[in-house]
Amino acid sequence: MDNTIVATHDTHAEEHHHSLPQLRHHFETEQQQREAGTFGMWLFLLTEIMFFGGLFFAYLLYRNWYNPAFVAASNQLSIPMGTVNTAILISSGFFMALGVWAAEVRKQGLLVLFLLLTTLFGCLFLGVKYFEYKEKWEKHHIPGANFDISEFVNPPLNPTTHKPIEEPLSPDMAKKTQVFFSLYFVMTGMHALHMIIGIVLLGWLTWRANRGEFTEGYVAPIENFGLYWHFVDIVWIFLFPLLYLINRHPGT
Amino acid sequence: MSATSSTIVNLPDQRTATLPKKNYINAEDGILSWLLTADHKRIGILYLITITFFFLIGGIFAGLIRLELLTPQPDLVASDTYNKLFTLHGIVMIFLFLVPSVPATLGNFLIPIMIGAKDLAFPKINLLSWYLAVIGGSFTLATMVLGGVDTGWTFTTPLSTHYLNTHVVTAGLGVFILGFSSIFTGLNIIVTVHRLRAPGMTWFRMPLFVWAHYAASIMMVLGTPVLAIAITLVALERTLHIGVFDPALGGDPLLFQHLFWFYSHPAVYIMILPGFGVISEVISTFSRKRVFGYTAVAFSSVAIAVFGFLVWEHHMFIMGVSNYSALVFSLLTMLVAVPSAIKIFNWSFTLQKGSITFETPMMYALAFIGLFTIGGLTGIFLGSLGMDVHLTETYFIVAHFHYVMVGGMLMAYLAGLHFWWPKMTGRMYPEAVSKLSAVVSFIGFNLTFMPQFILGYLGMPRRYHAYPAEFQVLNVLSTAGATVLGVGFLMPAIYLVWSLKYGKIAGNNPWQATGLEWQIQSPPLTENFVESPVIDYEAYDYEWLAHKTEQEVTTVG
Amino acid sequence: MSSQYHDPANVNNPEHAEHHIVGPGTYIAIYVTLLVFTGITVGAAFIDLGVLNPIIAVGIACIKATIVILFFMHVIYQSKLIKMTVGAGFFTFLILLTMTLTDYISRAWGRW
Ligand SMILES: [Cu+2]
Repeated sequence: MDNTIVATHDTHAEEHHHSLPQLRHHFETEQQQREAGTFGMWLFLLTEIMFFGGLFFAYLLYRNWYNPAFVAASNQLSIPMGTVNTAILISSGFFMALGVWAAEVRKQGLLVLFLLLTTLFGCLFLGVKYFEYKEKWEKHHIPGANFDISEFVNPPLNPTTHKPIEEPLSPDMAKKTQVFFSLYFVMTGMHALHMIIGIVLLGWLTWRANRGEFTEGYVAPIENFGLYWHFVDIVWIFLFPLLYLINRHPGT
Repeated sequence: MSATSSTIVNLPDQRTATLPKKNYINAEDGILSWLLTADHKRIGILYLITITFFFLIGGIFAGLIRLELLTPQPDLVASDTYNKLFTLHGIVMIFLFLVPSVPATLGNFLIPIMIGAKDLAFPKINLLSWYLAVIGGSFTLATMVLGGVDTGWTFTTPLSTHYLNTHVVTAGLGVFILGFSSIFTGLNIIVTVHRLRAPGMTWFRMPLFVWAHYAASIMMVLGTPVLAIAITLVALERTLHIGVFDPALGGDPLLFQHLFWFYSHPAVYIMILPGFGVISEVISTFSRKRVFGYTAVAFSSVAIAVFGFLVWEHHMFIMGVSNYSALVFSLLTMLVAVPSAIKIFNWSFTLQKGSITFETPMMYALAFIGLFTIGGLTGIFLGSLGMDVHLTETYFIVAHFHYVMVGGMLMAYLAGLHFWWPKMTGRMYPEAVSKLSAVVSFIGFNLTFMPQFILGYLGMPRRYHAYPAEFQVLNVLSTAGATVLGVGFLMPAIYLVWSLKYGKIAGNNPWQATGLEWQIQSPPLTENFVESPVIDYEAYDYEWLAHKTEQEVTTVG
Repeated sequence: MSSQYHDPANVNNPEHAEHHIVGPGTYIAIYVTLLVFTGITVGAAFIDLGVLNPIIAVGIACIKATIVILFFMHVIYQSKLIKMTVGAGFFTFLILLTMTLTDYISRAWGRW
């Protein structure tokens, strides 16, 4: 019995001379603290999976119920903008991953640079999103009292063939496009909200990184924020094909 | 030893007894040292005060409801006021009392000590979750002050989205924030159990209290966000006219029900599982036996966490869901009764041939076993399709879930509160009057809710403030019972506060229990242990305890 | 004696993994792969494959997400505990999906 207590004290003493100032009193080793942090972050991301999961189920249901409306409404979204935004977000995630690496190999200048690039691409994404939202506003495609279904009942004509560019919808089905746009705004809006929270956190982390806090062996905040940022990426990786690419070959 | 054969309380000599000089309560002074604390024990106490306050508010609503139902005529309040009363009673009792009750108070206080840790894994997040609870509670209070909400605690669409002009968004925001408070508590408990167990504290040496909390925490983390998104969509539908549940736009109101009950059925187990944990500890201690079938009880908690996610549609049988799907969910509901039954049987076998003593926690625990069994069995009635059509939306269902939540969970909470009160405060509660309160609560409870089973079976619908005159006798009985029950709950509030100053000094281990928390001083030190404990015995090993006590005596003597 | 109970070095602990630093080379490879898959998913959307279109779209998204989880989020180098946690999250989402669908799929089948 006595031996065991002495033994645990020994391990304590061993850890002490090189432990970080950030080691909290209730953890025995840095490694234990770090793994607890990662595990906690992943549990938080599980709640995020289930949070977005409810939305994805709603999408699945209504896409099957009102497929023609979803096709027509989805074709209102701009593929170039969506594709560019996907690439922007992937780049942002790429720089975040490099940031984690820079922190691990203790390169302060690089870490700050990568965090700034992550922020920049995050802001770019939101900028493109702003123009997409603005276009919807101008076309009265925001759900609510001002929602306009005329474009789905009488699609504009193709100037060369003089045929509608889109399969016209019955007024009843055209009303269901509102469900698509509701989901579009809620899903991309929730995603954008997560990005805004992330960008605020990024600013704070950059400031701390600039003071050298994360390049002395304590990388947990960068690592865990990275997990959050990549999760936001993953949500978009699913949102992009589901919202933008439902059926891009009209007439077939 | 002065202990008689009927009690195992082992108090220090009262002439010389003192509280330990240094403990977590007097470690720091001032209100700020409490509001900014990171100590899991202090946060547990903060939670205790908060939920007691909200229990009082919820209780007042309950009292007003029963008062209105004293007579068949609507004479005390108008019908929409009555709707607000039962809505707020539900919201307050579920989200502000039952969900945080055991995990955030007793669990917060005890889990780190039980597994030999100095604190929870994330002390600051623990404090944050208390602040979120307070903020969410403030939103609920604001809802009351502004004029209330009358959706029922279920926020049913399209009622909540299109037909009401009450403060649905404020109340929904409160529930949303409270959900995140509960998520953070659960997350903290899971990480703590995985990463902070003391040397030698293997999974199968953990007290069943910890297992139960672990399972409940899994459900908190995985279930609560689905409630969050459902409530968010309701709020967006009200404010921005987003049309996800709106039938006029082609939305499906039942989708809301699916998302809501995906959380709210598991929520029943989030509420009751920690209670199961308390009962395991209490039953074992007061029968001086290891819990019968420790492994089965531990795994049944995990099984409940898994099966609990597969049965939610039984709340929707009469709402127009598919018959085939209802059949599947009905069968799965029968399955989920199995792990609960395993627990009941194992507790009964623990009692068998044990040296049983009837201290107050034990009386509450025995009340729990009886009342929860009734609540659980009537749940099987409601889970079977044919019976459900007849009984749902009547007082039968009200009686059923009050048997589970009040007869089960609240009794377990009070058992736990009395059991660990000496550890939390260092002082004993008065034994005689607390036994009386246990008996009064038990009688009052049955008098309140047994008539409601009959009322429901006879067809009295829930959520109405007027009813046919022939139901009056049973309703009067129920209201009388509620009064008795109120007295039964008020008594602990008074004598527990009294005991803070005048209670006998408890000493380290008044119950001669085996848990790690009983091997340290009461109230504990800020970091719980003087030196990191090494565990070399199984949970509930009373021989180990006897051996240890013997050795201490010989060393001292 | 102590090591029997306590495992400070975390040998054989399923909740522990050696810390692993991923270098920029891996990240660049992953980055390019993700961009290529984005291109493929856009291209595939313009070809009419009938019922296969949504399956391909979701399949590619799953592949991309898995790559991000495994490499950008380091799960491939993490302990079994973390791997199981991630799995549990998606598994619970699938339960929500399939169990709710039992209602929606069979609602049109009518009464017995
Ligand atoms: Cu249920």
